[in-house]
Amino acid sequence: MAIFGPIVGLRTRLQKEGLYIDPQWLMVFFLVIGSALGRFLINLNSSRKTEIAFVKNTKLRISNYFSNKGKHIAITGFLFAVAYPFLPFTDRYLLDVGIMVLTYIMLGWGLNIVVGLAGLLDLGYVAFYAVGAYSFALLSTTFGWSFWICLPLAGIFAAFAGILLGFPVLRLRGDYLAIVTLGFGEIVRIILLNWYDLTGGPDGIGGISRPSFFGLPFTNNLKEGENSFHTFFNLEYSTAHKLIFLYYLILILALVTNFFTLRIRKLPVGRAWEALREDEIACKSLGVNPTNTKLTAFAIGAMFGGFAGAFFATKQTFVSPESFTFIESAIIVAIVVLGGMGSQTGVVLAAIFLIGFTEVFRELEQFRMIAFGLAMVLIMLFKPKGILSNREPTIKLHGDKK
Amino acid sequence: MLDIKNIQTFYGKIQALRDVSIKVNSGEIVSLIGANGAGKSTLLMTVSGINKPREGVIIFEGKNIEKEEPHKIVKLGISQSPEGRRIFSKLTVEENLKLGSNIYENGRNYLNDIKEIFELFPVLSDRKTQRGGTLSGGEQQMLAIGRALMARPKMLLLDEPSLGIAPKLVNQIFVAIKNINKEKKVTIFLVEQNAKKALELADRAYVLVNGKVTIQGTGQELLKNQDIQAAYLEGGG
Repeated sequence: MAIFGPIVGLRTRLQKEGLYIDPQWLMVFFLVIGSALGRFLINLNSSRKTEIAFVKNTKLRISNYFSNKGKHIAITGFLFAVAYPFLPFTDRYLLDVGIMVLTYIMLGWGLNIVVGLAGLLDLGYVAFYAVGAYSFALLSTTFGWSFWICLPLAGIFAAFAGILLGFPVLRLRGDYLAIVTLGFGEIVRIILLNWYDLTGGPDGIGGISRPSFFGLPFTNNLKEGENSFHTFFNLEYSTAHKLIFLYYLILILALVTNFFTLRIRKLPVGRAWEALREDEIACKSLGVNPTNTKLTAFAIGAMFGGFAGAFFATKQTFVSPESFTFIESAIIVAIVVLGGMGSQTGVVLAAIFLIGFTEVFRELEQFRMIAFGLAMVLIMLFKPKGILSNREPTIKLHGDKK
Repeated sequence: MLDIKNIQTFYGKIQALRDVSIKVNSGEIVSLIGANGAGKSTLLMTVSGINKPREGVIIFEGKNIEKEEPHKIVKLGISQSPEGRRIFSKLTVEENLKLGSNIYENGRNYLNDIKEIFELFPVLSDRKTQRGGTLSGGEQQMLAIGRALMARPKMLLLDEPSLGIAPKLVNQIFVAIKNINKEKKVTIFLVEQNAKKALELADRAYVLVNGKVTIQGTGQELLKNQDIQAAYLEGGG
């Protein structure tokens, strides 16, 4: 409280004569009551462990239900995601939130390859997001190439950055790896900030081209004889088309990421990632090459980060280093960890939860991060291994029952 | 087949192996016995390339392998079931086995190999969809051996297969080791603390004390050796 009190309770006010301090006792009061209540509830919960067998049972049933019906839930979720832009309550704002959530889902799935499967804690994932976004921005503004050419190139550049990061950290593990990756994320951001000639520094890069629908742009001011999306399909011009298109674009990109991850888990390299996460020496004695395995994990994870970055750049039509701060990395890592490391569905739930949550609490303004923290604490308290912590086996042999 | 010559391995400043020379001929079962900390596991790790020797050479089928990467050594035909089994506890039994054949990329029909392992250790077949961590110690040991066999090695290194396992299962595992040697024609280099079992099984054997080979001979000779009886065999060993 000694630290917390002054931080929250005193608000500085700048006036002509200097800096004033306004105490905010009401706010402090609420926070004290709030934290005391929270603490009380936690204690209550832990002191009645024996009584809540019923609750545990239900929880177990629920988690069983989830693991049995996982496929149904995934399909329902998929259908919902497809129908989402056309649901009656979906307005422009919600569609925007949807795009954001999907972007984070994609980033989460990409990072899940590195953290969840290969077990390499990467706190600088945003660097690849940034590399993807900037290479997309630069390619599209300097060469004027279209989205569909720049997208794979952005992915390749990001993968290259992944290998670049991968080499020096091959020998590191655990905390040390996390620190180096954290540093890498910052290095990339600082380079972007200071390499003025190339990146425009803090001004960022603007005027990035929007993606087109098979060559049909989403614009209203057309020259003679040109078609755009709405004229081609004889639709009334609406900015929503563009947004819906972007929504589906990121949905497809995210699904590609997911599909790729699910497939690669069944290949030797994917299985080697999971084995490496568990025991490096055992891997070596079985002939798994840890160098290649780690590098591919970094490269492929980074590649999807790059795709997401390219999408981000084209959606915003503007990139600047501000968008790639450490907090982004932290959110992505939080999504993966809260979702349950290695669980694809968990990532979705966590992304909806975390991003949706911060949106819902937008009115709280500066206390948003507190609400965010609270949500994390609650999840870690009740589901310490993440929302979904089950791991599906990758192979099942059929037939021969002895 | 495997010729270890004057190996010296260090952990930092501490010398774990002093001038060790051991020979394993094709088709043999060779046992290495010794107390805790004698350097047995270090020797196997050195053969597998996970530890590098400071001096000395290791020759496998006419090739120097003392500087090779571990995964290349596995490709040459030496695989290991490491000490403490090191099962991937979150992966299923099948996935553990499949990992053993990872060096073969996609070209190989691993299903047949898995079937052979299941014939060797039927209990694994019942457990195939369980996670490795839920198996008993003996089952894990079988899995570790099976996993090493998935690489189709010419030579199998076994590090303490009897460690922490119920005696009944130990017998079963040693029978299986003999089978692997006789029927699958895999040369076996076995490291054990359970001296009696190891010597009974072995064609030839070595004794390692404080990083040095002190005694060598056939399994039967060593079983009758007074010193060995006193040091390793009496008291129920």
